[in-house]
Amino acid sequence: MTASNITVSVRFFARLREALDTDQLSMELPTGSNAGQVLETLARRGGEWSQLTGGTPLMIAVNQAMARPSTPLNNNDEVAVFPPVTGG
Amino acid sequence: MVSIQPEDFDAAAEYQALRDSGAGTGAIVTFTGLVRDSGDKPDVRGLYLEHFPGMTEAVIEDVIQQATARWDIREARVIHRIGHLELSDQIVFVGVASAHRGDSFRACQFIMDALKTSAPFWKKELMSEGEHWVEQKASDRQQADQWLDQDSDRES
Repeated sequence: MTASNITVSVRFFARLREALDTDQLSMELPTGSNAGQVLETLARRGGEWSQLTGGTPLMIAVNQAMARPSTPLNNNDEVAVFPPVTGG
Repeated sequence: MVSIQPEDFDAAAEYQALRDSGAGTGAIVTFTGLVRDSGDKPDVRGLYLEHFPGMTEAVIEDVIQQATARWDIREARVIHRIGHLELSDQIVFVGVASAHRGDSFRACQFIMDALKTSAPFWKKELMSEGEHWVEQKASDRQQADQWLDQDSDRES
């Protein structure tokens, strides 16, 4: 990590975890980034990753609390991205 | 009390635990959800339930706190199962003990409605051929949203 970057872990669940074939990854972002920028950065990988910004409804949690794309991120935060929940 | 578990639960034992919440308890409402043979598609043979460990418990504890702030409830118990479930298996239990029925009925439904739209669980329906992730229903969101408009319904 450089001084101007933060490192966050990103977790995926359910349909998204299967489509991306990824449980969890770690990424660096510029200091001052928000949760939406995690999705934008990953969507640039193309393919299945494009759905992170493709208008499909998704929920975001930061450190296990529901969040929004505008939620600011700090170093070592955990960002979770998942489809709308369907328990009960 | 919140429990996320693969094991089945004994609804009668949960009811008894609510009865044991003290002599001030006058009304218990319980809800039990079961695996049904048709959901998003017909011919469902079972379910697989995934969750987000840690966040799930925290969200449900928060929902119970909201219910406690809103209604005069003495105890709430929530159990949700995860993993592979068969047809007619119990999935979820919500039980509320209060002095009066109005608080128990409303708090039980509120907890269940909020759980369905905010607790991080995901159902996959298993068919005889294939499987698919269940989509969240607009009706479930509307059911949960109705509680936002009802801040003056504390009377029973």
